[in-house]
Formats: sequence, structure tokens, C-alpha cells
Amino acid sequence: MIGSGDLSPPGAEVAVAAPPARGQLAPWRLLLRRPTLIAGAAILLFWVACALLGSAIAPHDPLAQQLLATNAGPSGAHWLGTDQLGRDVLSRVIAGARSILLIAVAATVLGTLLGTALGLVMGYFGGVIDMLASRLVEAVLALPVVIVAFLFIVALGPSTATLVVVIGIVFAPLIARTVRSAVLVESQLDYLSAARLLGEKPAHIMAVEILPNVVPAVLVEFTVRLGYAIFTVATLSFLGFGVQPPTPDWGADIAANYGVLAAGYWWETLFPALAIASLIVAVNLVTDSVEQVLAS
Amino acid sequence: MTAADAQADPAGAQAAGSTLMIEHLDVTYRVRGQDRRAVRDLSLRIGPSESYGLVGESGSGKSTVALALTRYLPRGGSVTAGSIRINGMDPLAMGPAALRDLRAATVSMVYQEPGRALNPSIKVGRQVAEVYEIAGEDRGSALERAEQMLRTVQIADPRRVMERYPHQLSGGMAQRAVIAMALAAEPSLLILDEPTTALDATVEAEVLDLVAALREEFDTSVLFISHNLAVIAQMCDRIGVLYAGELVEEGPASEVFEQPRHPYTVGLLRCIPRGGQRKDHGRLDTIPGFLPPPGHALAGCLFAPRCPIAQDRCRAAAPPAFITGPGRTARCYLHEATASLPRNTPADLELPSQRDARRPVVRLQRLSKTFDSRGAAIRALVGVDLTLEAGETLGLVGESGSGKTTLARALLGLIEPDEGSVVTLDGQPLQADARRRPRDQLKALQIVFQDPDSALNRRHTVRRLIRRPLRRLAGLSGGPLRDRLADLVRSVRMEDRHLPLRPSQLSGGLKQRVAIARAFAGGPRIVVCDEPTSALDVSVQAAVLNLLTDLQVKEQVTYLFISHDLGLVRYLSDRIAVLYLGRIMEIGPAQAVFAGPHHPYTEALLSAVPSLDGQRPARIRLQGEIGSPADAPAGCVFHTRCPRRLPTGECESSEPLLREVGAGHLMRCHIPVDQLAVLQGGSP
Repeated sequence: MIGSGDLSPPGAEVAVAAPPARGQLAPWRLLLRRPTLIAGAAILLFWVACALLGSAIAPHDPLAQQLLATNAGPSGAHWLGTDQLGRDVLSRVIAGARSILLIAVAATVLGTLLGTALGLVMGYFGGVIDMLASRLVEAVLALPVVIVAFLFIVALGPSTATLVVVIGIVFAPLIARTVRSAVLVESQLDYLSAARLLGEKPAHIMAVEILPNVVPAVLVEFTVRLGYAIFTVATLSFLGFGVQPPTPDWGADIAANYGVLAAGYWWETLFPALAIASLIVAVNLVTDSVEQVLAS
Repeated sequence: MTAADAQADPAGAQAAGSTLMIEHLDVTYRVRGQDRRAVRDLSLRIGPSESYGLVGESGSGKSTVALALTRYLPRGGSVTAGSIRINGMDPLAMGPAALRDLRAATVSMVYQEPGRALNPSIKVGRQVAEVYEIAGEDRGSALERAEQMLRTVQIADPRRVMERYPHQLSGGMAQRAVIAMALAAEPSLLILDEPTTALDATVEAEVLDLVAALREEFDTSVLFISHNLAVIAQMCDRIGVLYAGELVEEGPASEVFEQPRHPYTVGLLRCIPRGGQRKDHGRLDTIPGFLPPPGHALAGCLFAPRCPIAQDRCRAAAPPAFITGPGRTARCYLHEATASLPRNTPADLELPSQRDARRPVVRLQRLSKTFDSRGAAIRALVGVDLTLEAGETLGLVGESGSGKTTLARALLGLIEPDEGSVVTLDGQPLQADARRRPRDQLKALQIVFQDPDSALNRRHTVRRLIRRPLRRLAGLSGGPLRDRLADLVRSVRMEDRHLPLRPSQLSGGLKQRVAIARAFAGGPRIVVCDEPTSALDVSVQAAVLNLLTDLQVKEQVTYLFISHDLGLVRYLSDRIAVLYLGRIMEIGPAQAVFAGPHHPYTEALLSAVPSLDGQRPARIRLQGEIGSPADAPAGCVFHTRCPRRLPTGECESSEPLLREVGAGHLMRCHIPVDQLAVLQGGSP
């Protein structure tokens, strides 16, 4: 309590310390306490390191063909064996992380940006805009992602940029739908009325008032979509619409070598496949942790 | 007097046949590896067919006590010491089967939200009948008894109600169904945890009457938990005041409210406007400070940091429960000095000397609002004419659904009124939509919302929340902005150290101060206060009301004060408007409206208010609940519930006009005012 000489006796109660905020840890501190996150992040970091350093840490040149040592099984010289052209599988797996990570991350970022903007507009304006956009979103969602991607790639020709743009656009409606429902929850709250009474413009209300409150939903959506994006990139590469040979790429390498699987050369297919699986599992582990921490 | 003496049971005789006996109960919550005591050394007894009230502010541990009794404590909560006996049985020692029997047959609970106590996917009739089936009756007779029980809780048409799902019932009706279920097992102990807090005053009055009547009929002991002192005063024989998990005062209800002996009880009672107290009689007193955080280890009296008469010994050692009279205890060394407890807040208040220059600021003419709900026209406001005068407070009352909030939102431009409605500010028409209002119109009209958690953007800091309106509405920047920000923060009695905090780091009262600062940033002419204290505790409410009064004097603003709490409206308002189904039923100077003769609806609202003083005007009760604005009754919209309806049939056939019955006092009623005066027997 404050002394009697204070200027504002009616407010004496504020002079006492406010109750300390409940001993809550910052979300990122909580995240670091989760073993699933640690495991997921470790795997993810490993692949990121591979993508960044690429051939610098690969034991061999991923493009170098050794025609005398084709289809060689795992050995001391080639830990994961060699492929039909005698290229080192380990080196190609390491170097192949770059293309898939680059495309998947860039596409997810693009999709998240587009989707968040669309979701904000749909949720905030509602009415006719929302109805039209919702139907459009449903139409896109009704088509299989890979088929839509096909159409664009065939039309535009396969390139990294095309892949990023196509996957980004195809994912945007999904993200928009999630963001829209988060915005609808926010629009029930009085702080938006208060903003309108300050004469704030819609763009300000969406970007400054609403957006920070839907960031958790956007974050979760981003990590979920990243997993799907990796899978989509790998699928398209496998079908030949992604990174073109001889650039090392997991999907393309599986496609190039699964023909000899029947001949017993399992390592040429298995290791790139394992790489894809481990990356998706790692992303999902991180996603789960982020989701649970934000929900608690 | 020694502590040992003080702990002895004052009445002695009750010891044997207590329905509930709690001794030295400690409840602890384990939060992130730390133990936090929520209930401390609590002892109380409830005799057969006795009604015991437990009062306390939020965080005082009153619900924890209720949960501990039936072992419903959430995960992490446990009884760490003490004993509980219900009818001599110990729930703490029971196995699962015995515990289930106890909950099924001996103790029943009624919670605040009736909607959550009922299963949304099972018809009401089945849910009530289930209680009888568990007690061993067959399906047919269980349904029959359920119907009887629903009739007992005064549901007029039980067969129809039994066929409905919970969401098809109104709040009052659902709470009756819950009470029916609670009483179906004929429990020896009925625990009511804030049973009427979510209900309207008129419905609350009905439910309280019902509980009182049923208590007689079923001869049940009642533990009644509430933050509302007046409700407790009306419902309970004895009360206990809980502070930070400790029973600080106990005794017969009338005596405790008449002569409180603990400084906390004294403070709580002084926070509430009583007996027609008005703002020109002086400020409300406040209790400074906050509840200690749960689980802290404070030597000495828990209330000492907030107590105006605390001495060194209070801080050194916790006081025992002193016997202060027959059946009364108070945990205070200075319980004899509480009658002359000094005020925390000086009562002096400068009010504007003269408000005779009645200059209208805002005028609403023929204000109507029709919502469209799946083709049905919902007429939320119908032809409201209203003038707000400079510097006055107009209280707006009515049950929920009466159109109070719609009126406020239409005035602010948050919803567009129907065509033909006119809102003028200083004679100039206002844009109907706030988005099209120029800055000076936006500046003139601001609002303090009911729920600060919803009204403040939780991602923004206090500084940003207050700075933005200064920039937008007052058009300030740079040095002048900083100066005005500092001014404004001081005038809502906050400090610089609050500026970098976010709303979640502030207490409820502080949050509401931020909202008030935002409303005042642009120098408003009119501030709508939409239930600004209903989310706050009593002690905080008083401080916020004082702040609003001080700001009004300083800034000369007009308030449109919306509240369901007629005590508050009476304390603050110069004029009062009573709304029913979107129409003004009565409007006039506060004294005239409260003194009467009243409109029958106003009369019913007034008699629904539980009073601490036990003086009630002649009690009239309304039939049923507020109708739907989608199909308002023909004639006088109130005739379906009016207890004073004319036998001539006039009320059913024609809608009365709002006509003058006194100076500035208008009423919409067919009954001549002198006849109303006679009917109401010159009630106060």
C-alpha cells in the first residue's frame, strides 16, 4: 500500500504489485522440454546441414560415374552402395536433400503467405467475398493435388520455380480455410469493434489487430503443410516432373533405380526412400510438439 | 483469549448431528512441481436443514471447497490435511463404489452454468428420470416421478419440457431442470455453486425463491456458494467469509452483515452501494491491493497487507479464530476495532455544482433495428426516442434480450439502424456506420466494454493499446503524444511500469482501466459503459466505479451506463431508462424512477433485486421469461407477464403510448399513474 501522501488515493490499489503472472514459461521454453521435438529437430537439422553443405560433406562426387563399379552393394568404400551408373548412393542422398528441402520450404512459405492473406480477407469481410472465395477454395480442394500440379507443370515446363509456385498455389486454399476459421473466432471479440471506433482501416485491422492473434494457427498450419509439401515434391520428382537428372534428387533417384529392385539391388531404392520418410517423420514430430504447446 | 479457546466449537450442540462437518481442511494444488495451498485450515459445520453461505471473491477457494467435499478435485488437487464428514461418512476414505453411492444419494451439486450440467444430446425428461432409475426404479415410474419433480420446481408444462433437449430451454428453465435432478435423489446436502450468476435478475429471483421453498419441502442442508453478498444474505442462515482459502469470519448471516468483525468483511460491504446510496453521497470505499497469490507463504495474517489497521503483531503471527459473539468467530486480533475501521478511499467527491443547463448532446429519434434471422424479422429496437444531456449519466436497464446492447451499438455505429432512424450529435446527423464517421464523430462516442479480455487485443502491450487512440483520435505524435500518454495513464491510476505489459499480465481491474483509458483518449463527449464491472470482483468494482465518477467530473462526459445491477445503476445514474423488448417502458430522473410509482416492469425488476438490508419492496414476480423479439405480443408488449394487467382487455389490444407522468418522467402503461401509486402501496 502506498503512503498517505500519495496524489491519487482512489487508486491506491494499483500501487500494490500486480499479482505476478502465473508461472508460465515462454512457449519456446516449453517446446525445448519435449523429447519428440528434440528428436524431430535433430533429424531435420541433419538434413538441413546436408542441404547446405551438400557435396562438401559427401564422401564422393554425387555425379561421378564409375562404370566399373555399378550396382555395388554397401561396402567400406561405398557405405550405401552404388547405383546403375556407379554413382555413390550415400553422396547422392546427402546432396539430394538440397532440392527437396528448398522446393518444399519455399512452396510452403509461398502457400502460407497466400493462404493467410486470403483467409484474413475471407474471414474479415465475410459476406459475398467470403462465399465466392469459399466456393473457389472448395473447388481447388476437390481436385487431387498431384493432378493439378501436373497440369501446370505440363503447361509451364518443369523447373524449380514452377514447382514452388504450383505447390504454393495448390496449398494456399487449405491454409486459407484454417486461417479463415481462426479469424471468425477473433471477429466475435470486442477489440475489433474498438478498432473500428478508432477509425482503423480494414488493412490495418487485418494486419495489426487480427494477424498477431492467428499466428499460432498459421504456425501449426505451416508445419503441417511442410510435411505434405515434402511428400508432394518427392512424388512429382518420382513421376519425372521435378528436378531433372542428373541432379541428385531422392524422388528421381528412386524412379531411376526401382526397375532394378527385382534384381536384388535394394540399396539404390531403399536409402533415398528412407531419407524421404525420415524427413517427413521429423517434420511431423516437430508439428505435433508445436501444436500441443500452442494448444496448452 | 487463547487460540485453543477460540478453536472450540462455539455452539457445541451442533457437533453431534451435523450434516456436514469439515475440520482443519487443507487443499493443495500441485502446479508445475510446486504445491499451492488453495484452502487453509478450514473448519465449518452445517446442521440438518441448515443453509450455510460461503462468500468470497474469485480465487478465494470457495469452489475448491465444494469440489473437495465430493472428491471432484481436478488433477493435481488433493486434500492434504483435515477431515470431512457427510452424515458421519468420510468421503476421503471411500472406495470408488461407496463414493459413487455418496454422490448419487447423499450429496447433490448445482453449478453456475446449467447448460454445461446437462447432457446436450439427451432429452431433459430422460436425464431427470435417470436419477430415479439409478435409485432402482423401473423406466415407467422413473419418468412419472421425473414429471412430478419438474412440476415441483415450478415448470408449468413438464411433459413438453421433458421432450426437449437442453439447448431448447432458456437459462432459467435449464437451471430448474438441474435443480430437479439435484433434488430427485433427496440428498441430505445440496451444494449450490453460484447457481444464479449466469441468470437475469428476474430469473435469479425466481430461482432463489424456488430454492428457498424447496429447502423447506425437502428438509435439505444447503451449502450456498456465491460472490454475491446480497444473494447470500437472502438465502442463508449462517455464513462464512472466505479469504485466500481461509475462513476469516463466520456467524449468523444477519449479524455478520449488520456488524462485521473482520476488516475484510467490513471492506467488502463498504464496496457495495447500499440503501439507496448515490454518487453525490460520496465515493464508495475500496479494498486496496490483491489477494495473495495462491500458495504463497506469508507469516502472519493473510489480510494484513491490505488491512488499514494492521499492526506489527498481525504481520508477525497468524491470528486464531476469536469468538466474537454467540456462534460468531473472526480471525482478527483487532476484531473489536472493526466498527471504526478507517476508510481506504476518502469519501469526499466534487460533483459539478450545477447541471441545470440541460444541453442535449445526442438525440436518438425513432431508433429501430430489425435483424433478419432466417426470414424472421427480429425487432430488437422499436422506435426509441432518447436524449443524452451533457454531463449526465443515463442508466439503461432491462433483462437480457431487452435491446440494451443493440441500442448502444447502434449509437456507436457498430450496427446500422433501420431506415428512418435518426441519431444526431449537437444537432448534426451522425453517420450510421462507424467506418464512415469522420474523426470528430468517432472521437465523440466511445465505449468501455463488458469483458476486458475480449475488448483488449491480447497481443498488444498496454502502451500500444493506449497510444493508438491518442494518435488516431487526438491526432498526437512525438513529444505531445508522450506527455498525454503519461497523463492519461496517471488519470486512470496506473503506473509507467504497467506500460510494457500485455493484458494477460494484468488483473481484471487493471485491464478495465486500460479500456477506460482508451475510451477517454480522444476526449469523448459520450462514453457507453456496457456492464463495465460485471466481470470484476466487488472490491475492484468499487475502484472502477470511483474512477468513472472522477473522470466524469473532470472531463464532463456523458455516460450511457448499461447494467443489470440496479444497485449500481441507482448509485451512478441521474436518469434511468427501462427497456423491454426494444421499447422504452419508463424513463425519468433516477429518484423518480426508484421512488415510484413505477411501471409494472420496473416494479418487477426492483423487487427482484436481493438486498443486503433485508428490506424488500412489495414483492411481485414476473411470469416466465422475456419473450422473443421475433414475435412480440400484440398490445402492450409486457402484458403477457404483467402482474398488474388491466381486466378490461385494453393491455392485450392496444399498445400504450409513452406519456409524461411527472417532470421528465415518462411511462408506457395504460394504468393511470395515481392508480399505480395505490396498487404499489406507496412502496419506497
